Amino acid sequence: MSTIEASPEVGHDDHGHDHDHDHPAFLAHHFDTPEQQFDSGKLGIWLFLVTEVLFFSGMFCAYAIFRALRPEVFEGCSQFLNTKLGAINTGVLLFSSLTMAWAVRCSQLEQHKGLVGTLAATLSCAMIFLGVKSIEYSHKWGMGLLPAGLFAYDPSNPHPTDHPNYLMYICIPFAIALAGVLLWLVVSAGLGNKMHVAMAMPLTVVCLCFFVGVGLGMVLESGDETAEHIDVHADPNGLASAPVMLEAEKAAAAEAAPAIAASGAMVSVDESVLEILAGDASNTGVTSGLNALEQQNAAAGTSTITGDEAVVGAITTTEIDVMTPTTAGVFFSIYYCMTGIHAIHILAGIGVLVWLLVRAVRLDFNRQYFGPVDYVGLYWHLVDLIWIYLFPLLYLIR
Amino acid sequence: MSAGSLPSDSQVRDPGYPTPSENYLTNSKGILSWVFTLDHKRIGVMYLVGVTLAFAIAGLLALLIRLHLFQPDGFVFKGEEANNWYNQVFTLHGAIMVFLFIIPSVPAALGNFLVPVMLGAKDVAFPRLNLCSFYLWVFGALFFVSALCASGLDTGWTFYTPYSTTTNSSVILATSGAFILGFSSIFTGLNFIVTINTMRPPGMTWFRMPLFLWATYATSIIQVLATPVLGITLLLLIAERTMKIGIFDPEYNGDPVTFQHFFWFYSHPAVYIMILPAFGIISDLISVHSHKRIFGYRFIAYSSIAIALLGFLVWGHHMFTAGMSSLTTIIFSALTFTVSVPSAIKVFNWLATMYKGSISLTTPMCYALSFIFLFTIGGLTGLHLGTLATDMHLHDTYFVVAHFHYVMVGGTLVAFLGGVFHWWPKMFGKMYSEFGGRLSAALVFAGFNLTFLPQFVLGSRGMPRRYATYDPEFAFLHQMSTFGSMLLGFGLLVALIVLVKSLRSGKRAPANPWGGATLEWQCTSPPPFYNFERAPSVGDPYDFSDLEWDAEDERYVKVEPKREIVPEEKPEATPVHADDSN
Repeated sequence: MSTIEASPEVGHDDHGHDHDHDHPAFLAHHFDTPEQQFDSGKLGIWLFLVTEVLFFSGMFCAYAIFRALRPEVFEGCSQFLNTKLGAINTGVLLFSSLTMAWAVRCSQLEQHKGLVGTLAATLSCAMIFLGVKSIEYSHKWGMGLLPAGLFAYDPSNPHPTDHPNYLMYICIPFAIALAGVLLWLVVSAGLGNKMHVAMAMPLTVVCLCFFVGVGLGMVLESGDETAEHIDVHADPNGLASAPVMLEAEKAAAAEAAPAIAASGAMVSVDESVLEILAGDASNTGVTSGLNALEQQNAAAGTSTITGDEAVVGAITTTEIDVMTPTTAGVFFSIYYCMTGIHAIHILAGIGVLVWLLVRAVRLDFNRQYFGPVDYVGLYWHLVDLIWIYLFPLLYLIR
Repeated sequence: MSAGSLPSDSQVRDPGYPTPSENYLTNSKGILSWVFTLDHKRIGVMYLVGVTLAFAIAGLLALLIRLHLFQPDGFVFKGEEANNWYNQVFTLHGAIMVFLFIIPSVPAALGNFLVPVMLGAKDVAFPRLNLCSFYLWVFGALFFVSALCASGLDTGWTFYTPYSTTTNSSVILATSGAFILGFSSIFTGLNFIVTINTMRPPGMTWFRMPLFLWATYATSIIQVLATPVLGITLLLLIAERTMKIGIFDPEYNGDPVTFQHFFWFYSHPAVYIMILPAFGIISDLISVHSHKRIFGYRFIAYSSIAIALLGFLVWGHHMFTAGMSSLTTIIFSALTFTVSVPSAIKVFNWLATMYKGSISLTTPMCYALSFIFLFTIGGLTGLHLGTLATDMHLHDTYFVVAHFHYVMVGGTLVAFLGGVFHWWPKMFGKMYSEFGGRLSAALVFAGFNLTFLPQFVLGSRGMPRRYATYDPEFAFLHQMSTFGSMLLGFGLLVALIVLVKSLRSGKRAPANPWGGATLEWQCTSPPPFYNFERAPSVGDPYDFSDLEWDAEDERYVKVEPKREIVPEEKPEATPVHADDSN
């Protein structure tokens, strides 16, 4: 009987692994081949994206639940979101996805200058996005359109002037970043360190792009101010005056009713007329027609109706003010949660993209090792995709 | 050489013992070599120490609770603040046990050590992420426990709204801690999925993987899919408290039951995060210590995945009394029963594995046997709670408490202990006292049943959970339970002493003390820091036919039958068919 101390050589001698020149610098010790490393990373990032989707899914659920519970709040409040700014941001993010995909291609083809350029373009788009977003946020904070607990919107005074300058607070960190990068650029240019200049130059442009975004947002927001004012004012003020109008119309129509009813040729029948006609219990068709009209009115006028109530007088008695913290606030809660966490993801994306840019300047990537660019690209596309869902859900559906 | 039981004319393979420079415990020295280690085995050991500490703290709190319930009007906490104290202690007990012990116990501690070794890989796919998730766990744990202690969280570990949005205790800090712990759990799960998918050596097919790996894989799927939902739920709860977002808070038109839905969408699958790895351990333990091929390998493997997926569909059974529609409750009740099918498949397969096996009643096997007994009780009482009519009566009573302790303690903790005893020689290269180990298994089994069996009776008689005082008619059963908990605590202490003592004075462990056929038994005890220099040759993980007991060295060795020497015959220079011209 003999005991073999099973040394590692036993069994697989014929493979002829030689770990010294088989292992390039970028290959971690526990992987056998670059392919295995790449596949692991790719599966890892996909799984991470799955967790991200599930993370956001909680908020999409909350959106669905509260939209179903209070559709009128969502319709009314989404009027406050500036579709133009949302659309600009959507375009900017879509373009950044293009440059990101391009960057992945550049890294695969070892086009180092192109890689740095496309990464910088992606970063710039991200910064423009945040710049526009900061205009949107600061504008809404100024108007008091905040989550339920902090909601302070006053329809009679939609633009109070006694609030702090929110925009400035948002801009300060970016201004500091810009100053820092500029300093870096100047110092490294002064020292003649070409690599650091190559890193700091695109980053300076990137930081400047935040202020480009702010400027763009400002122009659009002020250009849209009048249009939005009409929207904003028409909505709550219209609401407030709606019952009054109806009463007046009713009074006027009551006199004219017999004549109209007699002629019967009226195509667009006034609601108050119908109401009088519905007073006749046998007139079921008119009653249900009025019900439908009333529901449309209620939906359009962001008031709620309770189905079982007596028809007559329902419109005036169930009128509620939706511009209160407890109702309107829910929309802005969800809006800030979703866009806020999305913005945090953009910030995280900016972080990893800067890291990629630094590595790209150091020529770390080659046709065998471009994994990190690919993974960050996937992450960036997901962040983009989430915005593609957020934009219609929050801005467009009315 | 003495004869032993080994065939005389065969070759014996055994990896022998590691040299100190290879041994992963000693290959590099100093505290920093542990703090910054990327070795999955060291990270596993650090997790083991961490979860044991967490378990000790939470276990002592449990004893405090039981001691308080020794008398109907409370034995420990007196005075006006008694109920508050009680609330805080059971919250702390539940939260630490769930978030800091049960969830990371098997996957993070044993899983980290075992997954790559069982798989035949050098390390997990992302060693840095692995270390990062350990530090997230440490950071989250410190944050969580200090938050809980500083202001006395009293919401229970579930953070139910609306109480959690109105209480003055530090819900924000505690949920931030749980959020961080969640990320630790996600990263561990992600790492294992990628490792099992991409790091398998040649020959390690999916169906040659040990069942522990299947269970870990299923667990990791749940960790990756469910934990993010807990993350966003806790984040929304934090936002609710800071900004009053009005999603959960009824004061701002929110819906508190939405929180329960969100919470249990994570936390019910999390129950399977806790129990699935235990199933994996038991599958391996039963097979190895019965020295018999596992019965129904594929069924056990698939049932793990089935449990992982079905576990996502049954969260509503925690809320039968929360005001769901009757149709919803019926659907959730029916779905709940489907989970029992794969669980039962496992139990029957374990029994069939033991049937006609040559069972060694080692310490791990004793724990495995008590697992089967206790988990079956826990699982069957779950059916009472999944049934609508009985749940109306039993909801929020001690019956529920007893049920989930049978599954979590009788199931997971006992399996964890069995697993620790089973792989202890591999992890630290020391054999413990078998007598001490078996004694601890017996004490834990007896103490556990004495603690929780009376609670089924208490619950069905109407004793509600989370009460600091109770009607004197329940006193006898409560006192039984308190005595049982002391016995259980003593048994656990014995187990700890046996293990710690083995580190100082235990016999050196051979590479394969139990006769396991999986890959971890093919490297030395403890394994070298690189696990396997080359991809190991992978065989059937449950084929014990070539393992023989070497009585002389008290170890199992792999015996290869004597090989016949191929007659020396030179191949022809040109093959026969080479001449064929067609």
